[in-house]
Amino acid sequence: MTIGSVPVKFRITVDPDQCMLCGRCVENCPYDVFRIENNRMHVNSRKCVACHRCIAMCPRDAINIRERPVDYRSHPVWTTEIREDIYNQARTGKIILAGMGNARPYPVIFDSLVLDACQVTNPSIDPLREPMELRTYLGKKPSRLEIREARDGVEVLTRIAPNLQLETPIMVGHMSYGAISLNAQQSIARAVSETGTYMGTGEGGLHQSLYPYQSHMIVQVASGRFGVDIDYLERGAAIEIKIGQGAKPGIGGHLPGEKVCEDVSCTRMIPVGSDAISPAPHHDIYSIEDLKQLVRSLKEATEWKKPVFVKIAAVHNAAAIAAGIARSSADAVVIDGFRGGTGAAPKVFRDHVGIPIEAAIASVDAKLRSQGIRNEVSLIASGGIRESADVAKVIALGADAVYIGTAALVAMGCRVCGTCYRGLCPWGIATQRPDLVARLDPDEASRNVANLIHAWTLELSELMGAAGINSIESLRGNRDRLRGYLLDESMMKVLDVKPVGA
Amino acid sequence: MKTVRIDAGGMHYTPLNMAIREAVSAGAREIILDNVMGQRFIADGLKGDVLLTIHGVPGGDLGMFMSGPTCIVHGNCDHAPGNTMDKGTIIIHGSAGDAVAHSMRGGKVFVRDSVGYRAGIHMKQYMDKRPVLVVGGGFRAFLGEYMAGGLILALGDPRTCPATERGIGSGIHGGKIVIRGDIDEYYLGVGARKLPLQEDGMEEIIPFVREFAGYFGLDPDPLIGDSYVQVVPSSSRPFANKYTWE
Repeated sequence: MTIGSVPVKFRITVDPDQCMLCGRCVENCPYDVFRIENNRMHVNSRKCVACHRCIAMCPRDAINIRERPVDYRSHPVWTTEIREDIYNQARTGKIILAGMGNARPYPVIFDSLVLDACQVTNPSIDPLREPMELRTYLGKKPSRLEIREARDGVEVLTRIAPNLQLETPIMVGHMSYGAISLNAQQSIARAVSETGTYMGTGEGGLHQSLYPYQSHMIVQVASGRFGVDIDYLERGAAIEIKIGQGAKPGIGGHLPGEKVCEDVSCTRMIPVGSDAISPAPHHDIYSIEDLKQLVRSLKEATEWKKPVFVKIAAVHNAAAIAAGIARSSADAVVIDGFRGGTGAAPKVFRDHVGIPIEAAIASVDAKLRSQGIRNEVSLIASGGIRESADVAKVIALGADAVYIGTAALVAMGCRVCGTCYRGLCPWGIATQRPDLVARLDPDEASRNVANLIHAWTLELSELMGAAGINSIESLRGNRDRLRGYLLDESMMKVLDVKPVGA
Repeated sequence: MKTVRIDAGGMHYTPLNMAIREAVSAGAREIILDNVMGQRFIADGLKGDVLLTIHGVPGGDLGMFMSGPTCIVHGNCDHAPGNTMDKGTIIIHGSAGDAVAHSMRGGKVFVRDSVGYRAGIHMKQYMDKRPVLVVGGGFRAFLGEYMAGGLILALGDPRTCPATERGIGSGIHGGKIVIRGDIDEYYLGVGARKLPLQEDGMEEIIPFVREFAGYFGLDPDPLIGDSYVQVVPSSSRPFANKYTWE
């Protein structure tokens, strides 16, 4: 009892005047916060993770959750969180595991960037009446075209590399079966198929029930090579090599044995209950030359018919690394910013390693342009894309398209409680427990995700129209349509944007 | 049996693989490649029941993602033959480079002579898919690193190539490594432990020893008569105790 009990993170109160003891909160809470005994509601606030499932299910609005109901003696340096982490590690001697994305209050650069609109001198465009071109092609673009006159027009002699055709520049990033449930993957798969875009499989193989959507799926090859065989590679619309992840740059992943159930085991092709360990590096990649070897091996295996993407975490040298990748025969580089989500990551990595996507994408785009190889790869931005304005801004900073992750989960009910690593997600998303998975109805959830993509796409076309832009290509890398609002000069130099008023 | 002969001399790997695929889809059962000189990715992602006889030295990633064929190499191999291979057999009449059988998930790789660093790294198994790597000579450091399943058989004669490389089975959490003779525990990697090979373990390896000897015209009896040790995981959950919840 040296340290003693630390205060509860959340305090739950149930209003006895409202509560009718229907028991829905008891049923819905997988953390066992509620129980009814002798016709009375009892709560154990200490178990609460603030997932809000009980609140969403309570028919009488009887439940209230208050965060940090007990004050510590305030201190600007030794914050509550810092102190509690020390208590935790003093007790256990272990690495602190956390979920979702970076939870430190770093300033969000997106929120210090504002977009432009037309007034008087050039007219804005009304997307209601005028066609807006949001179609995006991901893949290599030839630096020049050789054409020959043919009888009925011209014939293109240049061999065009395979590209993915997106109806909107918004894709859903890689969240594996194992990290999320099959119902969650199915919901996303249906949504992207319906909206003409793509999703990533993550490093968890491709479950049979997703085969009908495979033409909208990007299959991932990561260091564990789970679920990877030639059949898997041939099914994907594109192949993505995962080098790193924004939530935990530089380290691998461990899917704990508890999450490896019968079905996950079959899709990943590993025994039930064994840890699925993705090592930190790919053991056949120790250099840019080796990366080229892996890119080309995937292209050879699939007869050069599929684009191959390479995903890296946004780190200090992202620009130089991306320039190397652009020369490896890869077709697109995914840059995952330090706000990227995850099912589980060491907290110290989630919160402290990597750089924000805004700076990373701007510097990668600038580097590729300065070397004259921007056309060799498409750029996909991910990690902390929260709304359509972020999409517009990151495209103006040089991205071709974005991956969303957390936003798609929120569209399915996720409350960002950040407890994914427990495997008890009450929303049926980050769990494999059958009764919890069954809570997520793919019919409804796919509609929610499709609605979100649709709504953002509408907003994006409105923003473009207001800026007098009728094609996404004219927005890409168009930093003149951005201004920095109270950003410091060095940051604006990295982003290559002017300050407001300039 | 329809046999196709391809002169690979001076050929880039993409047209070479295209020629191989064409021959397979035209019904070839055996394809002989002459003058192979460093072409990478031979039989990459190749499916079917076909025999590739390779004369020369193939480049890296021979038989990567391969599912079914047999490759017989009359020469040495560069790095990672059998990388993420699914099914089939690779028989190498010579030595091979680093990361042989990397992430192999099924099939068999036989190397007559020696292998480089990190052979059998992250091999894994699932249901009836159990990859096997047999090495006739020596191996370098980190044999069977991160191994998650399958069998590595190191048959090198302890008198001529003793196992004196570090990190054997470093991070192993499934499968086993069987080594002829004995090894000093000093050479074991983190999470690996050494056990004697019991009779049933011996029975398990004998078919692979015989198969190995058969391919290379060797007498299996001295190999079968010798003693072996096995290196296995000390836990199938090496990281289970590393974390605490936020």
